[in-house]
Amino acid sequence: MNQLQNFTKGLLKENPILVLVLGTCPTLGVTTSAMNGLGMGLATTFVLIMSNLVISLVKDFIPDKVRIPSFIVIIASFVTVVELVMQGFMPALFEQLGLFIPLIVVNCIVLGRAEAFASKNGVLSSVVDGFGMGLGFALALTVLGSVRELLGSGAIFSLKLIPGDLMLVFVLAPGAFIALGYLIAITKKLNSK
Amino acid sequence: MEYIIIIISAIFVNNIVLAQFLGICPFIGVSNKISTSLGMGGAVLFVITLATIVTWLVQYYILQPLGIQFLQTIAFILIIAGLVQMVEIILKKVSPGLYAALGVFLPLITTNCAVLGVAILTIQKEFSLMEGVVFAIANSVGFSFALVIFAGIREHLDLMEVPAGMRGVPIALVTAGILALAFMGFTGLV
Repeated sequence: MNQLQNFTKGLLKENPILVLVLGTCPTLGVTTSAMNGLGMGLATTFVLIMSNLVISLVKDFIPDKVRIPSFIVIIASFVTVVELVMQGFMPALFEQLGLFIPLIVVNCIVLGRAEAFASKNGVLSSVVDGFGMGLGFALALTVLGSVRELLGSGAIFSLKLIPGDLMLVFVLAPGAFIALGYLIAITKKLNSK
Repeated sequence: MEYIIIIISAIFVNNIVLAQFLGICPFIGVSNKISTSLGMGGAVLFVITLATIVTWLVQYYILQPLGIQFLQTIAFILIIAGLVQMVEIILKKVSPGLYAALGVFLPLITTNCAVLGVAILTIQKEFSLMEGVVFAIANSVGFSFALVIFAGIREHLDLMEVPAGMRGVPIALVTAGILALAFMGFTGLV
């Protein structure tokens, strides 16, 4: 597999959320608006790239038995970095995403890529894989956020497109489940072509 | 009185799965049958309560006195991972029956964000240890509650004719959405 294929597989064909259905908790929790979705997506992308990079570098030194705990410590360190940077430079976004920033640690996508890809492949492939998967995650989050924001308050990225109040339920909890359900169904249809 | 508010709020108003979006993976993954979801609920109750107690003690007796709260995420996830492993080993020795019932669910729990979520929320809300325990138990009950209701619905859903594209995860998510809508009726209860 060349690097380009390696990169693009995360976007649609093996999209972590829409096809593999991993990391649903932050997906549903933070996508009340397109901006929140994008912010969360980029934060996770950073963690994915960095943890894939470090894990592919140290994979030969870690005994097989303590593999998973070591991966978790590496991931948790980068999550802490994201937490502190966001708190310092983007306090408003940090406040919005709240609990879901520390919860990147238990996002199945990050540990999943570490175990399934970075622990078996070289540095460059792992970074590209992390980047592609992260962007696929960010893409799905942004699309879901946009759909919910548009249906719920008639805006995308706070840009008002449709005047008046719409179906507020899409910004609230039930709308998250329903919108994601339909998005997954649509992706299935697109991929089956 | 405070405890009652915590309990009602955690189970109905701010249900951990349907309003807070924590623990969705097991919610979608193991909720095919009522019996398995009860098993998962039991395992989660056990681990969440234990994890909340230990992380609370670590936060207030180690991290805070030393001024290293920024290590919270790393410390908590390690505690939870270690705890799950330990529970598994102890349970295997002491109560093989319970282990057989909960065993398969235990490894899954480390990556269940409900556990880490409740531990962090307990610190964020500045609960006392006792309040934290009540909060943890109430949230686990809320988790099991949502899981069992959802499993009941899905058992019926299996017999329905669902359009091809919506089969599996999509219809489950839409169903969960409608269930969340029902739970929104509890808003304003406390």
